[in-house]
Amino acid sequence: MNGKFRILLPVISLGVLLAAVFYLQPRAMSYFGLNLLFNLAVPIALATIAQMMIIMVNDIDLSVGTFVSFVACVTATFLNDSPLIGVLILGASILAYAGLGALIHLRQLPAIVVTLGMSFVWGGLAVLILPSPGGAAPGWIRTLMTVKPPLVPMAIVASVLIAALTHLLIMRSATGTLLRGVGGNTKAVARSGWEIAKLKAGAYGLAGFFGVLSGVCLVGLTTSADANIALRYTLLSIAGVILGGGEFTGGRVSPVGAVLGALTLALAGSFLSFMRLSPDWQIGAQGAILILVLAVRLIFSRKTSGQGGAA
Amino acid sequence: MNTLSQSLSTTWRRPWFWAYVASTAAFAATLLLTEGRGGGELLSAAFTFAAFSAIVGIGQMFIITLGPGNVDLSIPATMTLAGTLSLKFMGGDASLILPGLAVALGVGFGAGVFNYLLIRLLRIPPIIATLSASFIYQSIAIWSNRGLRIKPPQALSDFATGATLGVPNVALVGIAIAIVAWFILERSLYGRWISAIGQNMRAARLSGIPVQLMFASTFIGAAVLAGLTGYLLASFSGGAALNMGAEYLLISIAVVVIGGSSIAGGNSNVPGIWGGALLMFLIVSMLNSYGLGAGVRLIMTGVIIITIVAAAAGKEGSR
Amino acid sequence: MKPDSPSGSPAPAPLVSLSDVRMQFGAVRALDGVSLTISPGECVGLIGHNGAGKSTAVNVINGGLTPTGGTVGYRLADGSSASGAGGARAAGIRSVFQELSLCPNLTVAENLRIPQHDLKGWGWRRRAARRIAQALDQIFPGHRIEPGMVVGDLTLAERQMVEIATGFAEASAPAKLVILDEPTSSLDASIARQLLDHVRGFCARGGAVIFISHMLGEVFEVATRIDVMKDGRIIDSRRTSGFTQQSLIDAMGHVASQEAVTAVRENADERIGEQVLSTPEGLSARQGEIVGLAGLAGHGQAEALSRFFMSRSGTMRQASKPEVVFVAGDRGRDGVMPLWSILKNLTLTHLPALSRKSLVDSVMEKTLGADWKARIGIRTDDMNNPILSLSGGNQQKVLFARALASTAPIVVMDDPMRGVDVGTKREAYEIIRREAASGRTFLWYSTETEEVCQCDRVFVYRNGEISAELTGDQINEENILAASFEMQEHAA
Repeated sequence: MNGKFRILLPVISLGVLLAAVFYLQPRAMSYFGLNLLFNLAVPIALATIAQMMIIMVNDIDLSVGTFVSFVACVTATFLNDSPLIGVLILGASILAYAGLGALIHLRQLPAIVVTLGMSFVWGGLAVLILPSPGGAAPGWIRTLMTVKPPLVPMAIVASVLIAALTHLLIMRSATGTLLRGVGGNTKAVARSGWEIAKLKAGAYGLAGFFGVLSGVCLVGLTTSADANIALRYTLLSIAGVILGGGEFTGGRVSPVGAVLGALTLALAGSFLSFMRLSPDWQIGAQGAILILVLAVRLIFSRKTSGQGGAA
Repeated sequence: MNTLSQSLSTTWRRPWFWAYVASTAAFAATLLLTEGRGGGELLSAAFTFAAFSAIVGIGQMFIITLGPGNVDLSIPATMTLAGTLSLKFMGGDASLILPGLAVALGVGFGAGVFNYLLIRLLRIPPIIATLSASFIYQSIAIWSNRGLRIKPPQALSDFATGATLGVPNVALVGIAIAIVAWFILERSLYGRWISAIGQNMRAARLSGIPVQLMFASTFIGAAVLAGLTGYLLASFSGGAALNMGAEYLLISIAVVVIGGSSIAGGNSNVPGIWGGALLMFLIVSMLNSYGLGAGVRLIMTGVIIITIVAAAAGKEGSR
Repeated sequence: MKPDSPSGSPAPAPLVSLSDVRMQFGAVRALDGVSLTISPGECVGLIGHNGAGKSTAVNVINGGLTPTGGTVGYRLADGSSASGAGGARAAGIRSVFQELSLCPNLTVAENLRIPQHDLKGWGWRRRAARRIAQALDQIFPGHRIEPGMVVGDLTLAERQMVEIATGFAEASAPAKLVILDEPTSSLDASIARQLLDHVRGFCARGGAVIFISHMLGEVFEVATRIDVMKDGRIIDSRRTSGFTQQSLIDAMGHVASQEAVTAVRENADERIGEQVLSTPEGLSARQGEIVGLAGLAGHGQAEALSRFFMSRSGTMRQASKPEVVFVAGDRGRDGVMPLWSILKNLTLTHLPALSRKSLVDSVMEKTLGADWKARIGIRTDDMNNPILSLSGGNQQKVLFARALASTAPIVVMDDPMRGVDVGTKREAYEIIRREAASGRTFLWYSTETEEVCQCDRVFVYRNGEISAELTGDQINEENILAASFEMQEHAA
């Protein structure tokens, strides 16, 4: 029961925001308007999925923002000029992410500090590649991100695709279920003969993969890159996962919810400019939405479980 | 009482020792290039900039001491908000310097209370609670700033950028805070209690420690320190920029780790915070002097952090 | 002891055989030469009081623990033999324990993915759902658990039903021997009945079950043979018909030395004063009284103590002037601060009294440490050594001193002597007596009957509630055992 209600919250918050936007600016309810509103949501959604993979196994990734920035820099330079090397670099980074996951489990390292350190590493690499903004988006990515499908704008189509595919991967497949089990009851999974290090490496590798997708898409939209282009993605991705019904521990995540959460947060920004409220409150609104959703969730869980929890 | 030789032999086994050794090495390596010139200026700059990192780092250290998962991600936003509001309040008027300080500390206090209430009442994990709160503080700061760049009162600005007996004033403040923090951590009842909570929260509760009170006071204390740092930093920089706190998020955690405090809680030290803060600055200047750009500097910082954590995990074994 | 062989047809080849198995955990001898076999069609009731070695034996049987001595062998379906955890799985040995091995975030069907590695590829969900639904329908007809329900949303009883069903469910290797450890503890009577019927049917069809339960009536219903364990050995093993409920309890007990028991409860009348505590659930104690909490482990004693302690502590005022102090039994989880010295661990609760203006007075602290080191006999050369340098028994002494050094009039003890050597125990008993004589009240949960018999009053817990309150001469092993196990009326 509680599980079904969880997805309602991000749906409702997104719905309410959308309704408010359309009420204030009816012209936004158009193909062009929607595309504009949700354009930058696609890379954010991908980064949120990446963070979700890590949160799914009871860790947290403080390096998402710098990693996506790094990927963006690689895309705008190597992937453009010498695609083979670009692909190799991106592939190596995904492997590095997987290796980190195994290392964190095998040595029982605190993920928050290791990813903190890695954020410096990715950031440094990004600065080395692009000391100042520049580079150019490879043609095929640019085309892909600016394609104009009929009826529904690309941003929506992409978001639906991302949500659907990751839902199949994480919620429906045998492997995805196993990974979620690692977050739910690691001891039980280990006792059943599974190697946790391998599973964690898999989860982290998936995070790296989606981080790569996020950076590539981002460059497709902005056409150039710089080393700080996605720094805010770290905090946004965490907020998006939680907003979407995910929980910090216990392996309870929702890919659809995460994408909805990312869309909501992205929309919150656009909403305020439509309200002709100053953009000052943009991030404040994102924080307030997060707190509000968590408060509502607490009230719901208190009601269904009956008693209040003990301190 | 330990004899001198006993003290010396235990010194190198302290967790903060290597941070100072590395800082000295970085300092020496930099001077190597300039053939010994500019050492005084470098030292002065190091202590100045490290002071800001150290003060917020001390606040973060107390929170991390409480145990795994306890971290304050709202420190940069609190700094920004405190700096913005206090400078605005003072409006360049030198007679309002002390009330301005009170405003900054008050902002910190309010932020700390809000953070704790989110954690306690809404049962939100500290990371998420301070994260969402930081969004709100940042917004308030942006809104109140209105793009005007208000300067600090001249006297305050002189104090923040000046020195007494050759030591930068902000460094004096930072060292004074460190000394007080050391007493609190090592000698006070509160320090014992939070160390117990960090090692074993359940056992701490079963030993009669008022755990919730400790959480509240620690989160509030760290936010107050962040408020103070915002006040000083804004006065030092000639105004409160809206991104003034950005880099302090990672730095505040990094100096705790580099200084040898355990990220799992229950085992922190104050000297290491200053050691870590100095190291962070001196590594940057060393690499800058050697012509290695920001990129290498960042990578090295990351590698240092990971190496220290991995080495510490090996020593502690499984906890 | 050799089990009686059934009359008539020769016994089928055993699924698992233990031969003189020993299990040593450091200084503790959990299993001291256990030999048994389990064959198809047998339902073995494993009975024993706390610390008898049941869980250890079961973990050796399912391959989770490798014995330090003796051998464990399994027989596979094709007749070949195997060993180790993999061998146990291949031989179809499944375990259903009390601590849940379900992932609360996954659905009932998804949880099957974890133990059953062959569930993958196309259509795995359908197969998983079918397997678990089949098992649930077979064992608990009329249940209302859907394979698509999230485990976290299920009640405790439903979760236990899912765990049990998983134990019997169809898999790549069918279940041959299912170990059930207190399977009905969260089930109501009608559902428990369904399980018992299923177990009987399962064994009749050639399966085997190990059934651990404190509900003797259930054991007598399903078991073909009962093995009684004590002190790491099987001391009696007969066909169920060879026991009565009473003779079973007698088999578990032993003669406690009379003098030890009476000597302790001396000068009770002078010592004991007015009532100092009374909880809604029926626990009460008077000043200077030593009150014992008894019964099988995990039946609510620790929770009762914890509830009482939490209700009287946690504020700043209570930290400075404690009303209750706690002595932990699970040292690692509830007591020891692993990074600290012996001294710091010892003085923790009393620290506010050792502080001047919130700063700890190190001279007063050292004095207190030295005082208690002598009083309680902590064997170390320097109180500044790390706490983990001490032996387990000495660590326990430090935790005792931590509680007794404070001024609190009530001392709550959560089975503190578990795994502690005899010498330390004797010293601790002496100290408890002395403190009680000077007016301190003790609430003492112990899993050892001998200790509980030293108390002035004993509350026996069963299924989370007080099942008996014993005073004076009523306090003996017989009464305690009788109140710990649930004796049910059963037909024939």
